[in-house]
Amino acid sequence: MIGFVLALALAALPFGLVAARALPPKQTFVIIGLAAIAQVVVHLLYFLRIDLKSSSQNRLAMLGFAAIVLLILVGGTLWIMFDRYYRVT
Amino acid sequence: MTDAVVTANNGDEIEAEAARRAIEEKTYGFWIGLTSDAIVFALLCAIFVAMAHGTADGPAGDTLFRLPRIFAQTVLLLASSATFGFAGVAIAAGRSRRAVLWLGVTFLLGLGFISAEIAELYSMAAADAGPSRSGYLSAFFTLIGTYGAHVSVGLVWIVLLGCEVGLRGITPFATSRVYRLGLFWHFLVIVWINIFSLVYLPGLL
Repeated sequence: MIGFVLALALAALPFGLVAARALPPKQTFVIIGLAAIAQVVVHLLYFLRIDLKSSSQNRLAMLGFAAIVLLILVGGTLWIMFDRYYRVT
Repeated sequence: MTDAVVTANNGDEIEAEAARRAIEEKTYGFWIGLTSDAIVFALLCAIFVAMAHGTADGPAGDTLFRLPRIFAQTVLLLASSATFGFAGVAIAAGRSRRAVLWLGVTFLLGLGFISAEIAELYSMAAADAGPSRSGYLSAFFTLIGTYGAHVSVGLVWIVLLGCEVGLRGITPFATSRVYRLGLFWHFLVIVWINIFSLVYLPGLL
Protein backbone atom coordinates (compact mmCIF):
# COMPACT_ATOMS: atom_id res chain seq x y z
CA MET A 1 0.00 0.00 0.00
CA ILE A 2 2.85 2.40 0.86
CA GLY A 3 4.45 1.33 -2.41
CA PHE A 4 1.32 2.17 -4.38
CA VAL A 5 0.99 5.66 -2.86
CA LEU A 6 4.70 6.35 -3.45
CA ALA A 7 4.42 5.11 -7.04
CA LEU A 8 1.39 7.32 -7.72
CA ALA A 9 3.11 10.38 -6.22
CA LEU A 10 6.25 9.73 -8.27
CA ALA A 11 4.15 9.40 -11.44
CA ALA A 12 2.05 12.50 -10.72
CA LEU A 13 5.11 14.71 -10.21
CA PRO A 14 6.60 14.53 -13.74
CA PHE A 15 3.16 14.56 -15.42
CA GLY A 16 2.16 17.62 -13.39
CA LEU A 17 5.38 19.41 -14.32
CA VAL A 18 4.91 18.68 -18.03
CA ALA A 19 1.23 19.67 -17.92
CA ALA A 20 1.89 22.95 -16.10
CA ARG A 21 5.17 23.72 -17.91
CA ALA A 22 6.29 25.19 -14.60
CA LEU A 23 10.03 24.87 -15.24
CA PRO A 24 12.29 25.26 -18.27
CA PRO A 25 12.58 22.03 -20.34
CA LYS A 26 16.08 21.11 -19.20
CA GLN A 27 15.23 21.16 -15.49
CA THR A 28 11.95 19.33 -16.15
CA PHE A 29 13.88 16.67 -18.01
CA VAL A 30 16.25 16.18 -15.07
CA ILE A 31 13.31 15.87 -12.68
CA ILE A 32 11.59 13.35 -14.98
CA GLY A 33 14.78 11.27 -14.95
CA LEU A 34 15.15 11.42 -11.16
CA ALA A 35 11.47 10.55 -10.62
CA ALA A 36 11.83 7.60 -13.01
CA ILE A 37 14.86 6.24 -11.14
CA ALA A 38 13.09 6.66 -7.79
CA GLN A 39 10.00 5.00 -9.26
CA VAL A 40 11.99 1.96 -10.44
CA VAL A 41 13.60 1.63 -7.00
CA VAL A 42 10.16 1.84 -5.33
CA HIS A 43 8.90 -0.92 -7.62
CA LEU A 44 11.91 -3.15 -6.98
CA LEU A 45 11.54 -2.71 -3.22
CA TYR A 46 7.77 -2.85 -2.75
CA PHE A 47 6.47 -4.92 -5.65
CA LEU A 48 9.34 -7.22 -6.63
CA ARG A 49 10.52 -7.39 -3.00
CA ILE A 50 14.25 -7.19 -3.59
CA ASP A 51 16.36 -6.57 -0.53
CA LEU A 52 19.87 -7.29 0.69
CA LYS A 53 18.97 -10.60 2.37
CA SER A 54 20.74 -13.75 1.21
CA SER A 55 17.64 -15.15 -0.52
CA SER A 56 17.60 -12.34 -3.06
CA GLN A 57 21.35 -11.90 -3.43
CA ASN A 58 21.42 -14.08 -6.55
CA ARG A 59 18.87 -11.79 -8.13
CA LEU A 60 20.80 -8.72 -7.06
CA ALA A 61 23.89 -10.18 -8.76
CA MET A 62 21.76 -10.82 -11.85
CA LEU A 63 20.58 -7.19 -11.80
CA GLY A 64 24.18 -6.01 -11.54
CA PHE A 65 25.22 -8.19 -14.49
CA ALA A 66 22.29 -6.90 -16.53
CA ALA A 67 23.30 -3.35 -15.67
CA ILE A 68 26.80 -3.95 -17.07
CA VAL A 69 25.43 -5.58 -20.24
CA LEU A 70 23.02 -2.67 -20.67
CA LEU A 71 25.76 -0.13 -20.17
CA ILE A 72 27.81 -1.73 -22.96
CA LEU A 73 24.92 -2.32 -25.38
CA VAL A 74 22.95 0.89 -24.85
CA GLY A 75 26.01 3.07 -24.41
CA GLY A 76 27.60 1.53 -27.51
CA THR A 77 24.42 1.95 -29.56
CA LEU A 78 24.06 5.62 -28.65
CA TRP A 79 27.76 6.30 -29.14
CA ILE A 80 27.84 4.78 -32.63
CA MET A 81 24.48 6.18 -33.71
CA PHE A 82 25.36 9.73 -32.70
CA ASP A 83 28.88 9.45 -34.07
CA ARG A 84 27.44 8.51 -37.50
CA TYR A 85 24.45 10.82 -37.12
CA TYR A 86 25.13 12.86 -40.24
CA ARG A 87 24.37 9.75 -42.33
CA VAL A 88 20.87 9.44 -40.81
CA THR A 89 19.69 12.97 -41.46
CA MET B 1 5.07 -49.56 12.66
CA THR B 2 6.67 -46.51 14.17
CA ASP B 3 9.67 -46.94 11.90
CA ALA B 4 7.48 -47.09 8.82
CA VAL B 5 5.70 -43.89 9.84
CA VAL B 6 8.99 -42.15 10.43
CA THR B 7 10.39 -43.16 7.03
CA ALA B 8 7.15 -42.13 5.34
CA ASN B 9 7.42 -38.73 6.98
CA ASN B 10 11.03 -38.47 5.91
CA GLY B 11 10.08 -39.36 2.36
CA ASP B 12 7.39 -36.66 2.37
CA GLU B 13 9.84 -34.12 3.69
CA ILE B 14 12.42 -34.97 1.06
CA GLU B 15 9.75 -34.72 -1.61
CA ALA B 16 8.52 -31.39 -0.31
CA GLU B 17 12.09 -30.12 -0.17
CA ALA B 18 12.67 -31.25 -3.76
CA ALA B 19 9.47 -29.51 -4.87
CA ARG B 20 10.49 -26.33 -3.05
CA ARG B 21 13.91 -26.39 -4.71
CA ALA B 22 12.36 -26.98 -8.13
CA ILE B 23 10.08 -23.98 -7.65
CA GLU B 24 12.98 -21.83 -6.48
CA GLU B 25 15.03 -22.80 -9.54
CA LYS B 26 12.13 -22.01 -11.85
CA THR B 27 11.73 -18.61 -10.23
CA TYR B 28 15.41 -17.84 -10.67
CA GLY B 29 15.31 -18.97 -14.29
CA PHE B 30 12.28 -16.77 -14.86
CA TRP B 31 14.16 -13.89 -13.31
CA ILE B 32 16.99 -14.38 -15.82
CA GLY B 33 14.44 -14.47 -18.64
CA LEU B 34 12.95 -11.19 -17.44
CA THR B 35 16.40 -9.62 -17.38
CA SER B 36 16.99 -10.52 -21.02
CA ASP B 37 13.57 -9.06 -21.82
CA ALA B 38 14.63 -5.88 -20.05
CA ILE B 39 17.69 -5.72 -22.34
CA VAL B 40 15.40 -5.96 -25.39
CA PHE B 41 13.34 -3.02 -24.15
CA ALA B 42 16.40 -0.99 -23.22
CA LEU B 43 17.79 -1.41 -26.74
CA LEU B 44 14.47 -0.45 -28.34
CA CYS B 45 14.48 2.64 -26.10
CA ALA B 46 18.07 3.39 -27.16
CA ILE B 47 17.09 3.14 -30.83
CA PHE B 48 14.17 5.48 -30.17
CA VAL B 49 16.50 8.01 -28.54
CA ALA B 50 18.90 7.72 -31.49
CA MET B 51 15.96 8.37 -33.84
CA ALA B 52 14.48 11.16 -31.71
CA HIS B 53 15.22 13.85 -34.32
CA GLY B 54 14.75 11.71 -37.43
CA THR B 55 11.21 12.85 -38.11
CA ALA B 56 11.75 13.48 -41.87
CA ASP B 57 9.73 16.72 -41.47
CA GLY B 58 6.78 14.59 -40.37
CA PRO B 59 4.74 14.83 -37.17
CA ALA B 60 6.57 14.41 -33.86
CA GLY B 61 5.60 13.77 -30.27
CA ASP B 62 4.40 17.27 -29.44
CA THR B 63 1.52 16.99 -31.93
CA LEU B 64 0.90 13.23 -31.65
CA PHE B 65 0.87 12.53 -27.91
CA ARG B 66 -1.99 13.42 -25.59
CA LEU B 67 -0.91 13.98 -21.98
CA PRO B 68 -4.25 13.06 -20.30
CA ARG B 69 -4.40 9.74 -22.15
CA ILE B 70 -0.84 8.83 -21.18
CA PHE B 71 -1.49 9.81 -17.58
CA ALA B 72 -4.65 7.67 -17.55
CA GLN B 73 -2.67 4.72 -18.96
CA THR B 74 -0.03 5.19 -16.27
CA VAL B 75 -2.61 5.26 -13.49
CA LEU B 76 -4.28 2.12 -14.90
CA LEU B 77 -0.97 0.26 -14.89
CA LEU B 78 0.04 1.41 -11.42
CA ALA B 79 -3.39 0.41 -10.09
CA SER B 80 -3.08 -2.99 -11.76
CA SER B 81 0.27 -3.43 -10.01
CA ALA B 82 -1.47 -2.82 -6.68
CA THR B 83 -4.42 -5.12 -7.43
CA PHE B 84 -2.01 -7.86 -8.46
CA GLY B 85 -0.32 -7.37 -5.09
CA PHE B 86 -3.73 -7.89 -3.42
CA ALA B 87 -4.20 -11.11 -5.43
CA GLY B 88 -0.83 -12.31 -4.14
CA VAL B 89 -1.86 -11.51 -0.57
CA ALA B 90 -5.13 -13.42 -1.04
CA ILE B 91 -3.20 -16.44 -2.40
CA ALA B 92 -0.86 -16.36 0.59
CA ALA B 93 -3.91 -16.27 2.89
CA GLY B 94 -5.38 -19.30 1.06
CA ARG B 95 -8.51 -17.49 -0.19
CA SER B 96 -8.87 -18.61 -3.77
CA ARG B 97 -12.13 -16.79 -4.63
CA ARG B 98 -10.75 -13.46 -3.47
CA ALA B 99 -7.54 -14.13 -5.43
CA VAL B 100 -9.55 -14.80 -8.60
CA LEU B 101 -11.52 -11.59 -8.00
CA TRP B 102 -8.34 -9.48 -7.73
CA LEU B 103 -6.84 -11.20 -10.77
CA GLY B 104 -10.03 -10.27 -12.63
CA VAL B 105 -9.68 -6.62 -11.58
CA THR B 106 -6.04 -6.68 -12.72
CA PHE B 107 -7.16 -8.11 -16.06
CA LEU B 108 -9.74 -5.35 -16.56
CA LEU B 109 -7.20 -2.61 -15.74
CA GLY B 110 -4.71 -4.15 -18.15
CA LEU B 111 -7.43 -4.43 -20.80
CA GLY B 112 -8.22 -0.73 -20.36
CA PHE B 113 -4.54 0.08 -20.83
CA ILE B 114 -4.15 -2.01 -23.97
CA SER B 115 -7.34 -0.63 -25.57
CA ALA B 116 -6.12 2.92 -24.97
CA GLU B 117 -2.83 1.99 -26.58
CA ILE B 118 -4.42 0.33 -29.62
CA ALA B 119 -6.68 3.38 -30.04
CA GLU B 120 -3.62 5.65 -29.91
CA LEU B 121 -1.63 3.64 -32.47
CA TYR B 122 -4.68 3.33 -34.73
CA SER B 123 -5.44 7.05 -34.68
CA MET B 124 -1.79 7.82 -35.44
CA ALA B 125 -1.67 5.38 -38.35
CA ALA B 126 -4.97 6.80 -39.67
CA ALA B 127 -3.57 10.37 -39.52
CA ASP B 128 -0.67 9.55 -41.86
CA ALA B 129 1.72 9.10 -38.93
CA GLY B 130 2.23 5.36 -39.30
CA PRO B 131 5.51 3.49 -38.87
CA SER B 132 6.54 4.07 -42.49
CA ARG B 133 6.35 7.89 -42.15
CA SER B 134 9.78 8.45 -40.54
CA GLY B 135 12.56 6.81 -38.59
CA TYR B 136 11.19 8.43 -35.47
CA LEU B 137 7.77 6.85 -35.97
CA SER B 138 9.27 3.47 -36.93
CA ALA B 139 11.17 3.40 -33.66
CA PHE B 140 8.08 4.56 -31.77
CA PHE B 141 5.80 1.89 -33.26
CA THR B 142 8.41 -0.84 -32.71
CA LEU B 143 8.87 0.08 -29.06
CA ILE B 144 5.20 0.64 -28.21
CA GLY B 145 4.08 -2.33 -30.31
CA THR B 146 6.53 -4.65 -28.55
CA TYR B 147 5.29 -3.33 -25.24
CA GLY B 148 1.66 -3.86 -26.21
CA ALA B 149 2.43 -7.43 -27.27
CA HIS B 150 3.97 -8.08 -23.86
CA VAL B 151 0.95 -6.67 -22.04
CA SER B 152 -1.39 -8.77 -24.22
CA VAL B 153 0.57 -11.93 -23.39
CA GLY B 154 0.33 -10.95 -19.73
CA LEU B 155 -3.47 -10.59 -20.06
CA VAL B 156 -3.86 -14.06 -21.59
CA TRP B 157 -1.62 -15.40 -18.84
CA ILE B 158 -3.78 -13.76 -16.14
CA VAL B 159 -6.91 -15.42 -17.59
CA LEU B 160 -5.23 -18.84 -17.66
CA LEU B 161 -3.92 -18.62 -14.10
CA GLY B 162 -7.23 -17.17 -12.89
CA CYS B 163 -8.94 -20.28 -14.31
CA GLU B 164 -6.38 -22.56 -12.68
CA VAL B 165 -6.75 -20.97 -9.24
CA GLY B 166 -10.54 -20.82 -9.57
CA LEU B 167 -10.99 -24.42 -10.72
CA ARG B 168 -8.22 -26.31 -8.92
CA GLY B 169 -7.75 -24.18 -5.84
CA ILE B 170 -4.50 -22.99 -4.35
CA THR B 171 -1.75 -25.58 -4.77
CA PRO B 172 1.99 -24.94 -4.24
CA PHE B 173 2.42 -24.94 -8.02
CA ALA B 174 -0.41 -22.48 -8.60
CA THR B 175 1.11 -20.24 -5.92
CA SER B 176 4.50 -20.26 -7.62
CA ARG B 177 2.92 -19.66 -11.03
CA VAL B 178 1.01 -16.65 -9.76
CA TYR B 179 4.20 -15.41 -8.15
CA ARG B 180 6.07 -15.60 -11.47
CA LEU B 181 3.21 -13.92 -13.31
CA GLY B 182 3.43 -11.19 -10.68
CA LEU B 183 7.14 -10.75 -11.43
CA PHE B 184 6.29 -10.41 -15.13
CA TRP B 185 3.50 -7.91 -14.49
CA HIS B 186 5.53 -5.68 -12.16
CA PHE B 187 8.37 -5.87 -14.67
CA LEU B 188 6.03 -4.56 -17.37
CA VAL B 189 5.05 -1.63 -15.15
CA ILE B 190 8.74 -0.82 -14.61
CA VAL B 191 9.26 -0.85 -18.39
CA TRP B 192 6.26 1.50 -18.80
CA ILE B 193 7.83 3.95 -16.32
CA ASN B 194 10.89 4.08 -18.57
CA ILE B 195 8.75 4.46 -21.69
CA PHE B 196 6.72 7.40 -20.43
CA SER B 197 9.83 9.06 -18.99
CA LEU B 198 11.88 8.60 -22.17
CA VAL B 199 9.33 8.72 -24.98
CA TYR B 200 6.15 10.54 -24.02
CA LEU B 201 7.09 13.25 -21.53
CA PRO B 202 10.23 14.49 -23.37
CA GLY B 203 8.19 14.42 -26.58
CA LEU B 204 5.65 16.75 -25.02
CA LEU B 205 8.14 19.13 -23.42
